[in-house]
Amino acid sequence: MSTRRDMIKSSAALAGLLAGLLPGLSQAEALAKTAFDAKTLDDLYKSLGLSKPVESKEVTLTAPDIAENGAVVPVKVASSAPGVVRMLVLVEKNPSVLTASFDVSPAIEAAFQTRVKMGQTSNVYAVAITADKKVYFAQKEVKVTLGGCGG
Amino acid sequence: MADPMRIRAQALNGNIVVKVLMQHEMETGLRKDANGKVIPAWHITDVTATLNGNPVFSAQWGPAVSKNPFLEFTIKGGKAGDKVSIQWVDNQGNKRVDEATVA
Repeated sequence: MSTRRDMIKSSAALAGLLAGLLPGLSQAEALAKTAFDAKTLDDLYKSLGLSKPVESKEVTLTAPDIAENGAVVPVKVASSAPGVVRMLVLVEKNPSVLTASFDVSPAIEAAFQTRVKMGQTSNVYAVAITADKKVYFAQKEVKVTLGGCGG
Repeated sequence: MADPMRIRAQALNGNIVVKVLMQHEMETGLRKDANGKVIPAWHITDVTATLNGNPVFSAQWGPAVSKNPFLEFTIKGGKAGDKVSIQWVDNQGNKRVDEATVA
């Protein structure tokens, strides 16, 4: 059985490996190992060494108003701010707030779409981090009628 | 070996739009089975993509990405006939690489 600790170790090793393999992406530092353990937004920003984010129109978040099934909530994040190196998808009331982190390289657009699980009605955040450590976000409340983390 | 990904890469307005559907349980490690035992976490942690062998995209995921994850992103430039390759690695060390040709 693989514990969370092992997983963090192996993913950190992989991140190091990737950093070596991807010189073009190296301006985006490897994601802090503890980031996926953060239980609250404040914990997360602390573990990433980030300042308090600023709400910005340069970040867009597209998500449904009401998600009938919390197991599959389509989320689209995008940013038009210059110098964005990383985008995060956060769900405030999930057991761990950080859901996904995308590295933005010059070769791709700062726009990503995926599907996330939500345990309950919560604010969803799109966060854009720039090379000079400015942090912008957009948020939206998504109402969940059927949670996606039940057993 | 896990099931293959479904990848669609399409040239659109001088860019390549890549859509990927991966086959993965994405178990959170929080759920319990019928006997009350915790089902261990099993989810994709890293996703990377290359265009004609050059790395262009990387992402780190937690367990809260949905089962059988969907991913869409856009590569600047590129043309039909280019090769887009996607790789994922999960927290148990499994990995899968699939390649698609840009249409």
